[in-house]
Formats: sequence, structure tokens, C-alpha cells
Amino acid sequence: MNELSRRKFLKGGLAGGAMVSLLGKSSKSEAAPSFGGYPDSMGVLVDLTRCVGCRSCEAACNKEQGLPAPDLPFDDMSVLEEKRRTSEGAYTVVNKYEIPGKDHPLYRKMQCNHCNEPACLTSCFVNAYRKTPEGAVMYDPTVCVGCRTCMIACPFYVPAYSYSSVLNPVIKKCIFCYETRLKFGRPPACVEACPKEVLTFGKRTNLLKIAHDRIRNYPDKYVDQVYGEKEVGGTAWMYLSSAPFEEVGFDTHLGNDPIINYVKEFLTVVPMVLTIWPALFAGFHLLATRKDVQNKENSAGK
Amino acid sequence: MNRFIAQGKTPLAAHVSTDGMTMWSVKEKLLLGLTPKEYVAQAIRNPLNWLFAVIFIFGGAITVGRFIFGLSYVTHSSYDYPWGLFLGWGLFVMVPLSASGFMLGTTVEVFGRHDFKPIERLALLNGLLGYLFAVIFLQVDLGQPWRLIYPMFVSLGPAAVLFLVAWHVATYLSVQVAELLPAFAEWVNWPGLKKTVKSMILGLTISGIILSTLHQGALGALFTYAPGKVHPLWISAPFQWFHFFCSSIFAGLCMLIVVSTLCKKFMAWRCDDNFLNNLDRLTLGLAKGSALALITYLVIKIIGVAHDGDWGYLASGWGQWFMLEMFIGVILPIILFTIAIKNNMVGLARFTAFITVLGIALNRLNTALITFNWKLYQEIPHWREVVIVITIYSLFIVTYRFILYRLPILYTWKK
Repeated sequence: MNELSRRKFLKGGLAGGAMVSLLGKSSKSEAAPSFGGYPDSMGVLVDLTRCVGCRSCEAACNKEQGLPAPDLPFDDMSVLEEKRRTSEGAYTVVNKYEIPGKDHPLYRKMQCNHCNEPACLTSCFVNAYRKTPEGAVMYDPTVCVGCRTCMIACPFYVPAYSYSSVLNPVIKKCIFCYETRLKFGRPPACVEACPKEVLTFGKRTNLLKIAHDRIRNYPDKYVDQVYGEKEVGGTAWMYLSSAPFEEVGFDTHLGNDPIINYVKEFLTVVPMVLTIWPALFAGFHLLATRKDVQNKENSAGK
Repeated sequence: MNRFIAQGKTPLAAHVSTDGMTMWSVKEKLLLGLTPKEYVAQAIRNPLNWLFAVIFIFGGAITVGRFIFGLSYVTHSSYDYPWGLFLGWGLFVMVPLSASGFMLGTTVEVFGRHDFKPIERLALLNGLLGYLFAVIFLQVDLGQPWRLIYPMFVSLGPAAVLFLVAWHVATYLSVQVAELLPAFAEWVNWPGLKKTVKSMILGLTISGIILSTLHQGALGALFTYAPGKVHPLWISAPFQWFHFFCSSIFAGLCMLIVVSTLCKKFMAWRCDDNFLNNLDRLTLGLAKGSALALITYLVIKIIGVAHDGDWGYLASGWGQWFMLEMFIGVILPIILFTIAIKNNMVGLARFTAFITVLGIALNRLNTALITFNWKLYQEIPHWREVVIVITIYSLFIVTYRFILYRLPILYTWKK
């Protein structure tokens, strides 16, 4: 009888403990929500249905950022025949996607999406990145060691590296024209150059309203998704499309968690190992060598 | 060297010559008690040295070229594969294979298993050199290697996993240097230094365990920054650090079996009876430890697949590649180690350790390079990148051998 009641007590204790740990977990996740981005940060809404692939944005970016002249001029549309990515010489590129069942292709502009919680920033061990309150993700080349972890971490494959430079290779990516424009509240060069009003510059919160309004008003025209609203914690650059996003080259499997959330599980282990290991292994040592100590004491006693 | 021993010479292992008359100078200690002419003669007779000479002339030139012409000269300058063989091999494979230092340090100093003492210093040296060369590989790979200390003193990003790796590898390198100082102290005859280190060996060893747990795990955690890029079978965000840490245990132990086997086979003249007579028994002991770690690893790997619900991937081509890696690198070694331990088959244990080392190398290369960007294209490293890796690994072997020839690692210094 005694045995049984003890077992009951243990069961109850275990259940209670499990409850506490569950509750503890939920209250903790409320206490430390993930960073949703600066409230007044700016962004750009890209409406793929309006883009005609004229590459004016590429040309404007090239001029604004003082990038080297490309091999083929910007009015040469043959470059659209292959899929390109951002590089050290081009911070933004437009790719063409033939959509099955549609009579015209879709064009997708890509550049740094300026995440709310950038993976490049959180992975950098010299703190070379910062997210400005205006929304730009900035990079400081003067402290960069060149480990290229940010390129590993970026889920959008955006940062490029000037490998050919011997003495000062650095990361090259779109900086939202921060130094020359965004800082003063002006839209980036590509937005201003677009002849088709594909790109809308504004407060990120307002852009989201505009985007959802467009979807609501033209449900036949748009897919019911704003790419970048939630992806990897939300991005400053967001997209509307008439075709499913995976058909226009977007990765639709990134999930809504910021990349740092995947790393946090390890980061929480660090302080535990640092504090528990010394005592644990010193204890093991005392246990493992207790016989030696006893032998010594015995022989000393004799 | 065997030829000189046949001629009646004994390799230098004490401060005074065999007749007890003269104290050896540092120069004589460096030349192992041979005359310069004799030393050069034995070096030239060794065919391995000729191979190294070819590697260093050709590969050395290309390595210098990397620093003159930049990374684009030796790599594909890939934006999609920013990490190539330098880190894939030099960091992610070298570091787990160097876990032997903290494993044997723990066994001997913390758990008090003094019967493993004959092999402890070899394990420590294997660890120290592995880490040192991992840093050298890193220096080849970094865009601006002269900024290596930036994360320590100039611009700190303490929330990043790589920050932890940098600090821990740097601290652990100094811990390992300290742990090996007694061997150096014996060789140069500074008994005071040895005494100082001995007095803090427990603290050093425990800090070695902490640092190793964290940075071995951190190397795995680095890939949790790219959860969508590594194939799901090779990444499991909650378990990644433990997969890497747990596999480093048997990686280090098996590498130690491999290295000690090579020493016994090709450097028997430098080993003393304490090492040679105990080695078979110790090899089986290491095999036992490896088998336990392998079983733990297998279980946690399966849990990782189950937790993430990745069973469906097993049927794909990547899944078969994964199962092949698991079979060759984990399941087969568990079976073979068990047979070897049950039947006292040291040869089989050595062979199994060799396979396990290959298996762990495959696992790290799979994670860092082969299944990385599995949704994109595959990239084959540039041939110059391969040449540099071979060159630096050869330098690693030569340095390793240089130290084993001299310091009392495989033999006991005679008083």
C-alpha cells in the first residue's frame, strides 16, 4: 500500500513538472518575441505583373553605386536568356521566367531584400552588418575578415564577394542606396528609374496595406500572397506576382522564422556547458580517483 | 634510421650520451644524435621525402600564388559556394579528427585511467597539430587573413557562432600547448616548467573539455545558419551541434588509432617498449570507446531524422547516399569494432578505425560541400584548391613527424 501511494505521488509529481515546463515555455516565448523590424522602416513593393524587363533599374543601380561597366550594355536584352544572380559588379539583376499557360513571360528583379532580422547580420562574428532604423542592411568593409559566413547564411543568395581583389576583398551587395538617398528619405535609384511603376517605395506597413488592397481588388490578377511579408521574419523588399512564386524563381520553403531562430537552440547550450561542465567533470574526477585517495590515506595511516 | 640503429647507434633520448660523458647540445638533439652528414643521408634515403619535395615545390608555388593573385586564382570564386575545400577539409574534417587531445586528456587526468598514459601525449600532439593546421587552412581561405584577430580585439560580434569558434579554437590551442609543455620541458631540460604545468593539469583538462564540447558543436551549429541549403538529412537544427560533438568523439579516438598504427609501423625505432608493448591493449580500449560513441551517434542521428520527419527523403538518391554514409561510417564500424573487441583482434580494430575516419571525413564533406546547395548545382573544387590542400596537409605530416622524431611523445625521456 505504502509502495503504491509513493508511486502515485511520483506520477503526480511528474505530471505537475511537465505542466510547469510547458507553461514555463509558453510564458518565455511571450516574454522574448522575435524582433519584427523597426516600426517606421521603409521598404519597396515589387509588382511583377507590371515589369517588362527593360533593365532600367540595373542601369540606374550601376550608375548610382559606381559599379564597373557590364560586358554587354543595359539595353541588350539577350542577357535575359540566362538566369543571373547578384554579383560584385551588379547589385540588382532582372531575370525572365516563362510561365506555362501564360502568353507573356514574367520578370523578377532581385537584390538584397533587407530582412527585418538579417541572417548575414546575426552570423557575422565581427559585427560588420547593421540594420538601420530606415530599414537598410548595411555592411562595414573596414572590419570584414572575409570568412564569408554571411554568404552561407543569406537564404536569398544575395551577398557577393570580390574574390579577385588581393589586398581588400569585400562583400558586395545592395545597400538600399542608404548613404546617398535612403538616409535623406529618398527612394533608391532603381525605384526612381523604373518607367512602369513596378517598384513602390514607402513605409513597410503602408506597403503591406497597398499590397493586400491590390490582391483584394484584383483577385484574378494576383496570387494571394505577399512574398516577403512573413518569409524569414519579413523583409523590407516585398513582391506581388500573378504566377505562383516558385515559378518565378522564389524559394517558397524558407519558412517564416528568422534564420537566427534555428541557431538559438545551440546558443542556449553554450552557457549551460560553460557553467555545468566544470562541476560535473571535477565531480567525475573525484569519483574516479577516490580509491587512489583512500589508498594514500590508508598507507599514510599505517 | 633503422640502418643507423643496425650500425649500433641509439636514437637520442636523454640529456647525456650513452657513455654518460657528454651533455647533448640543442643542435645534437635536433639532429637526433647523428652527425649532419648522417642526418641528411637518412633523410635522402626516405622515398617519402622525395614525394614531399615534389609536393612542396609545385604546391608551394601555387600556395604563394594564392597570396599574390588572390583567391580567384585558386578557387572558382563562387558566390553560391563561398566555402570550398579549404574549410570543408581543413576546418570541418581536421577539427573532429583532432578531438583525440581532449578525449585522452579526460580519460587519463579526469577519469584517472593512468593505464592510457603511454598514448596520451600522442593524442595531445595529434590534437594540437590538427587545430594549428586548421587555423593555417583558415588563413589560406580568409579574404583578409591579416585581420584574423579582429573578432577578438577590434570588432566583436559575440552573438555569432563563428565568434565562439574563433575564441574557443584560440583558447584551446593555448591549452593544448600548455598540456604538451611537459614533453618540451623534458627535451630542453627545464624541470621547473614541467612542474608548473603538472600542477594545473586538471584545470587545463577540464577547460579543454568545455572548449571542445562547444567548438566541436559550434562547427555543426554553423550550418544551422543555412537550414534551407544543406540537405535535410544532413541538418537537423536542434541536434546539429550534438551530431558534430558526438561524432568528434569517435573521430578523435579512431584518428589516434590510425596515427599510432602508423607510428608503430614506420617509426618503431622512436617508440619505446612502454609504448609498443601497451599499444595493442590500448588500441582495443580506444576501439571500445569509439564503439560506444558510434552507437550513441547512430541513435541520435535516427532521432534527428525522426524529429524532423525526414523519412521520406531516404527513398531519394540523396537518401541512398545518406544511408551509404551511415552504413560505411557508422553501422559497419559498430559491427567490426564489436567483433574486434570480443575476439581481441587488434588488426581488425585498426582497419575499422581507418574506415571510421574516412566515414567522418565523408560526413563533414557531405555537410559542407556535397549536399550544400542541394537544390542548386554541384560544384567541383578548382584543381589549384586541391593542390593547396594536399600541400598544407603534407606540411602537417612533415611537422608531425619532425616533432615525433624529437620530443618524448612515443618514448619516455631517460633521466
